[in-house]
Amino acid sequence: METLWFMIVAVMLTVYVILDGFDLGAGAIYLFAAKTHKERQMILRAIGPVWDGNEVWLLAAGGTLYFAFPPLYASSFSGFYLPLMMVLWLLMLRAVGIEFRTHIDNPVWQGLFDVIFCGASILLAIFYGAALGNVIRGVPLSKEGYFFEALWTNFRPGPNPGILDWYTVLAGIVGLVTLTVHGSLYVALKTEGELEQRSRKTALMLWPLQAVLTILSLIATIYVSPHALENYRLHALSSVIPLVVVASLALLFHFARRSDYLKSFLCSCAYIAAMLVGAAYGLYPVVLPASTNAAYSLTIFNSAAGHHGLMVGLVWWSLGMVLSVGYFVFIYRMFRGKVRLEEEHGY
Amino acid sequence: MRWSPHNAGLRIHTMDNALLVHRLHFAFTITFHYLFPQLTMGLAPLIVALKTLGLRTGNRAYHDSARFWGRIFGISFVLGVVTGIPMEFQFGTNWSHFSRFAGGVIGQTLAMEGLFAFFLESAFLGLFLYGEKRLTARAHWWSAVAVFLGSWLSGFFIIATDAWMQHPVGFERAPDGSAQLSSFWELVLNPWAWWQYAHNMSGAGITGAFVMASVGAFYLLWGRNAEHGRVFLKTGVIAACLFSIFQLFPSGDGQGRMIARYQPVTLAAMEALFEGGPGAPLVLIGQPNIEEKKIDNPIQIPGALAFLTYRRWGGAVTGLDSFPRDKWPQNIALLYYSYHIMVGLGTIFIATAVIALFLLWRGKLFSARWMLWILLLSLPFPYIANTAGWMTAELGRQPWLVYNLMLTADGYSKTVSAGNGMFTLLGFLGMYTVLGIMFLFLVWREIEHGPLGQPLAGHAVAH
Repeated sequence: METLWFMIVAVMLTVYVILDGFDLGAGAIYLFAAKTHKERQMILRAIGPVWDGNEVWLLAAGGTLYFAFPPLYASSFSGFYLPLMMVLWLLMLRAVGIEFRTHIDNPVWQGLFDVIFCGASILLAIFYGAALGNVIRGVPLSKEGYFFEALWTNFRPGPNPGILDWYTVLAGIVGLVTLTVHGSLYVALKTEGELEQRSRKTALMLWPLQAVLTILSLIATIYVSPHALENYRLHALSSVIPLVVVASLALLFHFARRSDYLKSFLCSCAYIAAMLVGAAYGLYPVVLPASTNAAYSLTIFNSAAGHHGLMVGLVWWSLGMVLSVGYFVFIYRMFRGKVRLEEEHGY
Repeated sequence: MRWSPHNAGLRIHTMDNALLVHRLHFAFTITFHYLFPQLTMGLAPLIVALKTLGLRTGNRAYHDSARFWGRIFGISFVLGVVTGIPMEFQFGTNWSHFSRFAGGVIGQTLAMEGLFAFFLESAFLGLFLYGEKRLTARAHWWSAVAVFLGSWLSGFFIIATDAWMQHPVGFERAPDGSAQLSSFWELVLNPWAWWQYAHNMSGAGITGAFVMASVGAFYLLWGRNAEHGRVFLKTGVIAACLFSIFQLFPSGDGQGRMIARYQPVTLAAMEALFEGGPGAPLVLIGQPNIEEKKIDNPIQIPGALAFLTYRRWGGAVTGLDSFPRDKWPQNIALLYYSYHIMVGLGTIFIATAVIALFLLWRGKLFSARWMLWILLLSLPFPYIANTAGWMTAELGRQPWLVYNLMLTADGYSKTVSAGNGMFTLLGFLGMYTVLGIMFLFLVWREIEHGPLGQPLAGHAVAH
């Protein structure tokens, strides 16, 4: 039962990263790939109908995490207090950038909102990568299961690490590059003309970096958290995960070169999913490792909600998920195809 | 400040200031957040009504009005989402001990909100706003209904969460002391939740209705968009009348009886009834004097509180004197004022709406400038009343975080220092100022452009 909920939460977070990831990535290339007013308008139109819906996945995944593993939620959210608050502010700034940008018709102000939107998107992508890095590396949990992490200490992963050390910074860069490629492919898929070409070029140019970073982050992870390999030694079948990472990364490049953006974008989704699932699989059954004493680590067993509650949750969760996936498929079908500025005057 | 017998009172504030900062942090962010959902939840049924009238009569003005209010809804929804994410986060960041204790129960309702309400609302809002040309009229109507359902479901799950904190049911204590769900149906059928839900939703309805009527009055006074202004006024005034009467009876009455039954000390503090006994009076105006345990400058109706509570003029209402001092809500003055402001404004809403409806019926509303001015200026007051109502609920529950189970002083994040809490509180104050300005700016642009104005996102096409 705990394992099942671990999987559900991991999948929901993965879906969030894939969905909000492309609009964060689109934001990250926004200043560089879109040169004219019209092109910037097109990027905003491409993510306009979906970005706040994508953010709803963060709420839903957060809610499900809270429901299934309350002590984990309590401990990690209070421990990561400062970076989480900054994530919230960045999410708000980003919303301000998008909303004001479309409503104020003045080049000076639009320049400001462009920078806010792009800057917040880049920082968020880095934060998400660094957050994952923190969870993999471990945090200084006390015996009571709480901790408070400073933003930085000595930039080394040790028993008393900060939010930022060389490992989590690396993870942050991996996050940024991955989501930038992801977003570029989405923009290429949804637009035409020079913008499409520039987005394609961005993805192709960043790809070698992404490949190198993938290998580097793998080596670093094994160095920082040697336990990560144990689960992989346990089941031979789990070697599928790194294979998917490699295959999707290679195919992403292949399809992007042939301008088959849909397939390339889907490969990027598969790559992100495999990386996240790989990390989750390496951690299992631990959900928050302690850098202080392995016995203090939070696992799915010592941080799950009561059995009855989890059983009940399974019923409504399945129902809710079927409904939600239904809406999303319906909405994406309604808004499929390339963005054209002439039609659809929304709010 | 060093401790001495003379500053013992101060000591409480200085030593516990982490608690105070975390309380202010949540209070400020939730108060600001709820400015937006109350408008979306209030407008949602009105938009459905406008779409329905449009379908029935074929009158374009109704469709234009629905589209206009859909855009206002959309702006408010975005603000609701971006200020709502911090609310969910704060359960973990600022109230981690509470979350560890209660997550096994209220995690249910909070997660269900995400799954059932947010997805529905956000998915179909996109369709409603961007899809009118792609959908048939009937399908567009359905998308409005889905948005309505989503926003009202969302309200229910949050109310069910708060109701569990007010009146915990359907749980058992695990060996580690935490509360865990024992009965799902007891949790969602909590009688407190249903009364509170009815009361809260019609409160949101009042906000939506008065905002709509206010914008309508503005158009008529301005002399522009008069046709739509009349539609807004008619819809808004009728809805305001229905919601504000429902707010008093049965929902307010039912909510009050819940408090009398399960939190008698809260009722006594709301009324600042320092001495209980038969035939308790209802204080209309007066300042509670906590030190001397009396009301200064009282204007009161003898026996009325007893009647409202027990339907008998001589009924014995329990006063604060029946409870030990440490069980009293700590901030009786603020609780008393919140409650009285809410009730006072609620009464004024009924009067305003009934008079406006009478004028509408006599066909005089659209030319009665004095009434249009009153309606125009009524706009901020439903927000104040809703905020005061929530302050009554939350201050009234003190000193408990979960009634009779967990003290507020035990629930906050002990690892997050007062300094860090203050830092982020200041950050939110600044950020929300910007968001507030943005909201007013965007809504004003919509109102100025009017229901027939070129939709704002479209203007960029000309470049």
